[in-house]
Amino acid sequence: MLEHYLSLLTKATFVENMALAFFLGMCSFLAVSKKVETAIGLGAAVVFVLTVTCPMNALIYHYALREGALTWAGMPETNLSFLNFLVFIGTIAAAVQIVEMTLDKFLPALHAALGVFLPLIAVNCAILGSSLFMVERDYNIGESLVFGFGSGLGFMLAVVALAAIREKMRYSDVPAGLRGLGITFIVTGLMALGFQAFAGIQL
Amino acid sequence: MSSKQNREAVIDPLLNNNPIAVQVLGICSALAVTTKLETALVMSLAVIVVVSLSNLAVSTIRNYIPSSIRIIVQLTIIASLVIITDQVLKAYVFDVSKQLSVFVGLIITNCIVMGRAEAYAMANPPLASLLDGVGNGLGYSLLLVIVGAVRELFGAGQLMGVTILPLVRDGGWYPANGLMVLSPAAFFLIGLAIWVIRTMKPELVESE
Repeated sequence: MLEHYLSLLTKATFVENMALAFFLGMCSFLAVSKKVETAIGLGAAVVFVLTVTCPMNALIYHYALREGALTWAGMPETNLSFLNFLVFIGTIAAAVQIVEMTLDKFLPALHAALGVFLPLIAVNCAILGSSLFMVERDYNIGESLVFGFGSGLGFMLAVVALAAIREKMRYSDVPAGLRGLGITFIVTGLMALGFQAFAGIQL
Repeated sequence: MSSKQNREAVIDPLLNNNPIAVQVLGICSALAVTTKLETALVMSLAVIVVVSLSNLAVSTIRNYIPSSIRIIVQLTIIASLVIITDQVLKAYVFDVSKQLSVFVGLIITNCIVMGRAEAYAMANPPLASLLDGVGNGLGYSLLLVIVGAVRELFGAGQLMGVTILPLVRDGGWYPANGLMVLSPAAFFLIGLAIWVIRTMKPELVESE
């Protein structure tokens, strides 16, 4: 059982890295990777929100939305799965809001560190993406918790690594047209190539 | 609004103000669907429909949306449109819809849709917003289709499933380039496309 979760965790973090294998969360990935410090802030916020929203959406999906999910309420025929997108994005927006308010009240230091990133990631595709992957791959609640945490960790790893490379790159002489965005894409491509080395690893 | 302005709303996002290469919006949900031209085309079509209709809808009711809840209103409109698109795709092109998997749903968080609703539709009349949506959708499609065509042609020697370059494996002369099918190729191609666009338009070059 533990082995299964460990394998899922490594898979979500390295093999199927959200940013480098599925291109999810690219907008903030590219925008917030100029400095290592801010990249760590964004990464931490993503890990946090993913770990909360993924199992939450799994819970809603399993007990309210999917085919036959409402059997406990005496409606075994109902299939509300067409509402998935709407409900998931609502849950994510609400969860981010609640997380932000809770942090502001109880952990002001962490709230200040995550700062503007919290509201920003409500529309980060990595967050909605992992909830949709959860549905497609039929994860149960425990699996989706591990999967959410793993994907967040993978995203954080990638964004911090990219930020470190971009900090070093300031000393290099990049062709004018490639400067900024262009070279960042190529570097990300090379990183993705590196992450391909993890493919096929199973614990 | 004169017809010249309307034309500009459609033409401008194609190259001068391309949503992907210049505005850096909407890269998220797009690149994973470009391994084949067919999926890239279907995805482009879905995005054009969603972005133009959401621009139209947001612009029509823009004077009645309280600004404090506008993001939620926009998200709800976009999510509903994406649900309709998803259901239509499932009904008529089921195979492609399976290949696109979660990426149709991810149009909701595609920054282009949100960005255009917020930046353009909230401040402009419905017709102009509709055209702006079509233009931005087309600009997005342009890059998506180019990347999709290059990846399918050099990765599998085919276009739309029709063999163009006969593979060595099937007795032809073209050894398939396996890199093109992998995700890094998309990053390289977009990076090169940005390089080309910025070399043609030096005023877009970033100073560092």
